[in-house]
Order: sequence, then structure tokens, then C-alpha cells
Amino acid sequence: MAKKVPIELTLNGEEKAEFIEGGTTLLTALREKFGDTSVKGGCHQGTCGACTVLVDGELRLSCLTLAETCEGQSVETTGGLSREGLLHPLQRAFLDGFAAQCGFCTPGMIMAAKALLDHTPNPSRNEVVEALSGNICRCTGYEPIINAVLAAASANSHNAT
Amino acid sequence: MIRLAKQYFADQRDDDLNQIGLGLQRSDVPGHVTGRTAYFADRNFPRMLHLKMVRSPHHHARIRSIDTSEAEKQPGVARILTHKDVPHNVYTILILIQVGPEDEQVLAADKVRWKGEAVVAVLADSERAASEAAAKVKIDYEVLPAVFDMDEALKPGAPIVNEHHGNNYYTYDSGSHRKVRFGDVEKGFSEADHILEQTYFSSPIEHAPTETTGCIAVPEGNDRFTCYTNTQAMFFTLDNTSIILQMPGHKLHFVGGTVGGGFGGKVDVTVEPIAILAAKLTGRPVSFIYSRQEEMQISSPRAAEKIVIKDGVMKDGRLLARQVTGYTDAGAYSRHSPYGAQKGAAHYPGPYTVPNVWIDTYCVYTNRTPSSAMRGFGVTIADFALEVQMDKLARLIGMDPLEFRFINAYRDGDMKAHRQKTEGAALIECMQEASKAADWPVAEKYLKMSSYGEV
Repeated sequence: MAKKVPIELTLNGEEKAEFIEGGTTLLTALREKFGDTSVKGGCHQGTCGACTVLVDGELRLSCLTLAETCEGQSVETTGGLSREGLLHPLQRAFLDGFAAQCGFCTPGMIMAAKALLDHTPNPSRNEVVEALSGNICRCTGYEPIINAVLAAASANSHNAT
Repeated sequence: MIRLAKQYFADQRDDDLNQIGLGLQRSDVPGHVTGRTAYFADRNFPRMLHLKMVRSPHHHARIRSIDTSEAEKQPGVARILTHKDVPHNVYTILILIQVGPEDEQVLAADKVRWKGEAVVAVLADSERAASEAAAKVKIDYEVLPAVFDMDEALKPGAPIVNEHHGNNYYTYDSGSHRKVRFGDVEKGFSEADHILEQTYFSSPIEHAPTETTGCIAVPEGNDRFTCYTNTQAMFFTLDNTSIILQMPGHKLHFVGGTVGGGFGGKVDVTVEPIAILAAKLTGRPVSFIYSRQEEMQISSPRAAEKIVIKDGVMKDGRLLARQVTGYTDAGAYSRHSPYGAQKGAAHYPGPYTVPNVWIDTYCVYTNRTPSSAMRGFGVTIADFALEVQMDKLARLIGMDPLEFRFINAYRDGDMKAHRQKTEGAALIECMQEASKAADWPVAEKYLKMSSYGEV
């Protein structure tokens, strides 16, 4: 049995503390210790993007990130995006734009899109394609997903003006 | 704006299909976009065990011995299962609809027939402990000659892949293959202006769902077992589990319906029986989830196929005769392939009326990964082959490929080769709309055609 180590981090704005086995990935820690199953494991080898989260605002594959390296950092997941029943513009756009079918890639897609829009509020289509290039979808097809991200960006810029 | 079938056939129907043509929100999407949809693996149970399968490294081998003694001593190991622990170890999923014989092992006993076949199941406190213990299981194999090609497998003297069948093909009530006979195909060929014979091949295709195959089996206080699973075939899986475990169905409670991508890849019965058996023997919850590597290499793909099509066609575009020999590579075990090959037999004329048809389809066994269902299996590759063939035929007689299809499209009342009368055909109307939508003009006479006959 590997040695347990303490970890403290902020998850979707809430402070959390737990003991984890040394070597635990952020994906496993989020799902099994912090109870956030919005984060999905599809390949556990950094190829599918289903486990995408933001750590201190930067896109990270939680299956390749050791939880210990996130000590004191702020982790954001799709599970924390909607507040008081209000969907985030990306969630609304995915819902309205038929951008989800089985839904397994959706949380990772949404976080990869958020990483883009947080830095680049009005991306070009090519920038959206590039930002989602690490996320695999096997049902819906990428067109509605790309269109949903563009629609969310457009909705954001309307709200800002 | 595309005209819908309900408008084309308005005079034929008394229903009120007022939702067709409208967009509707899927009921499960709010859960998907908020991450609240519960997939089977989103559940966590105290004292849960993790199952890791020891698999055959050989395509075909006799098992001389299995030694689990060292693996049992590894830290965290709760139990190790072999074929001796499985009440009804040799099964086949379609036995539920009387398509036998039982030909596949839950855990290999005396032989392995494909690279990746399950032999020993290791249960431990963590995935890591289970993997480390699995690496300590010793299996002594005597490697046997293997066959990977359907033509080779059907030759006399080829290694027999599966003794339960005796031959390297599935035996139907019609013999070594499924047959469709309609009209006089030889007469059709002798009267045709042109003959075209082509052979088409396809490779196995993996579904590659983003969520891998798996389940969690939980022993309940009432002597029942709850199985959280991403199977696409709940009752098929429950009934087969009941047979394999010799356990009445009322002891099994399956919870599913949410699948992270299936495409037919999750209709086989590969994880639930062994996980429930492990839960029964240990009294603890058991999680058995394919790794990504297992999903890509172990889960059944779409079958490889070989399709030989010979057509006789007239200069004016009429298809006169079609002869097809189809081969479906089942891999080492039947699973759904005898059914897939049979579906192909009925399908090969395609949505066309051909007066003379001869079809033979074979379900062939090789030492490859067992193939099974995937999106229209049995007809999808058939459609690829026959539609490419239609294009080639049109080119051969110098006709527009879309107009060629109008001439041969089936109409209501036409008798199909497998003796089903065509009803509710809409191919001509679809092609008329497609012609407009794709800006692929056809002669006026084709736009006046109708599925109820010529107007």
C-alpha cells in the first residue's frame, strides 16, 4: 500500500482537503476522493481529452496530472460551471446546438472550449478547431460542437456590449 | 427545402406525424452538459474490488497448466478465478434465440483460440494491485498452428479453429452457407449485354467508444446482485448471465441505459457474468472495466468481409442477374456473426429489383478477435460493395449512376429475392430529393417516377 499524502486544493471555488495515495492522478482524486464524476476517464493515457480540466486557468489532462502537483491550486471542472441553476453560455450552446449525443466527451469538450474562450473571447473557426483538437468525439461529429463554441463566444460578446 | 415522406405519401396515411421535421431537445442532454449524467463507473462502493484479466498472448494454443500460486500471495489480492469457478463455462449469446451450438469459453479451460482470450481473472483491492498480481500468473501454452485468412480457413486441411463447429464455417439448417435463389441466374447472364464480376474486401473496424466497456457488480443483502453496466443489450446480457452462472434471473438486477458510446460494440456478454461471479464468491462489489488497450484490441470489431459480386446488365440500364458470394470473418467464436452473415444474404440485391438472383453467404471461423455487431452489421459492408458495383455498372454502359439507380429502384409490389413483397418503398422519392439537394440533375422522366409505379 502506497503511503498516503495530504492534499489541499480549490475545486470549483470550494476549498477541499483529502489524503491520497502517492502517485494518484488528478482524474482519480477528483472522481474517487472529491466526488466530482463530471470528469471522465476515456483512455488514461492522454489521447482522448475526456478528462480535460482547468488548473489555475490552464487546460490540463487530469489523467496525466499527478494530484500532488496541484497542491494549493484552483481546479475547475464542468461540474462546477452552472451556478444557481443557470447554465454557463457554453453549456447552453451545447444544449441548444445538439452538440452532445452520448455525452461522455462533453465535459472535456466544454472545458477545452472554456480554456479557449477565457483567453480568446472571439475566436476564429480555426482557433476553435485547434483548441478542440485534443478531444475525441465518436457520435455527434465535430461540426455541431465547433458551432456551439462559436455560438457561445458570440453570445458572450453580445452580453458584453 | 426538402419535401418530407409524409408530404409525398400524404394520401396513404391517416396518422398525424406532426413532430417529423422539427428539432426536439434530447431528454438526457441537460445531464450531459452539466456533467451530472450518471455513467456506470460514476459510482463508488466501499471495499470495491478491481478485476484484471490475464489474457492469451497466442492466437491458438493448448493450455498445459495454469499456476496462480505466486499471484495469490501478492498484496491486496482477494481471489483468483479460473474456468473451474464458472458454473456453465461454455456459452454462446444467440442461444437465447436457438442459434447454437455453445462455442465460447468465459475463461479458457483447455485451449485459447485468439490472441486476447480471457484465461484467469484476478481480483484485488486496487487496479494496480490487480495488474501486478495478474503479471504473476503462470500459464504454460503449447502453441498451435493458426489461420487468419478466410480463404485459407476454408481450404481442406486448414487448422480447425473451433471444435464445437467441426468445420471453419457456421453450419446453418441450409448447410455450410445461407442461400437465396430467385429466378434463373444463368439464363439472366446469358441474355445480358454485359457481365461485371468484382471482389470487395473490408477489414475489421473497432467502434472505439470514448467510454470503455465495463460494469460494477454489487452483492446485495437480499441475496441478489445489482449490476451497473454500459451494455447495449440489458436483457440479452441478463439472460446469458443467468445461464453462465446457473442463477435464476430474479437474483439479477441490471441497471443501465446510459452508454458512453456503443455503436454495437457493447452488445456482447463479456464483463457482466465474470464480475457478478466474482462478487458472489468474494461478497464484495467488483469493478471490471476494460482499459483503452483492451477496448481497442479485445472488444469485438465489425467483421472483415469478402464479397464477390457478378452482375448481368442490359445496355438500357436494366439489371438482369446478380450472383453474390459473401464471406463474414467471425473470428474464433460465433457471437452475432451467424446472424450478420444471414442478414447479408437477404440484403445483397440492395434496394433494387433484380429478376434473377443467386446468393451464398458464409460465416467463417479464423483465429482472429471474435467479431460481432456494429452499426448495421451484415448489410453495411454489403451496401459499400453493391453501391460501388452499381457505379461501376453505370460506367460500363455509359449511363449516369443516379439515373441507373432510378431504372432499377424497387417499387411497391415488387417481389424481392428473399420472397418479401416490397411495401412502403420511398427510394425513388429520396433520390428525387437528393438529385435536387446535391444539384445532380437527372432527366425529366426520372422526376416523374414514383414508388407506386410509373405515373
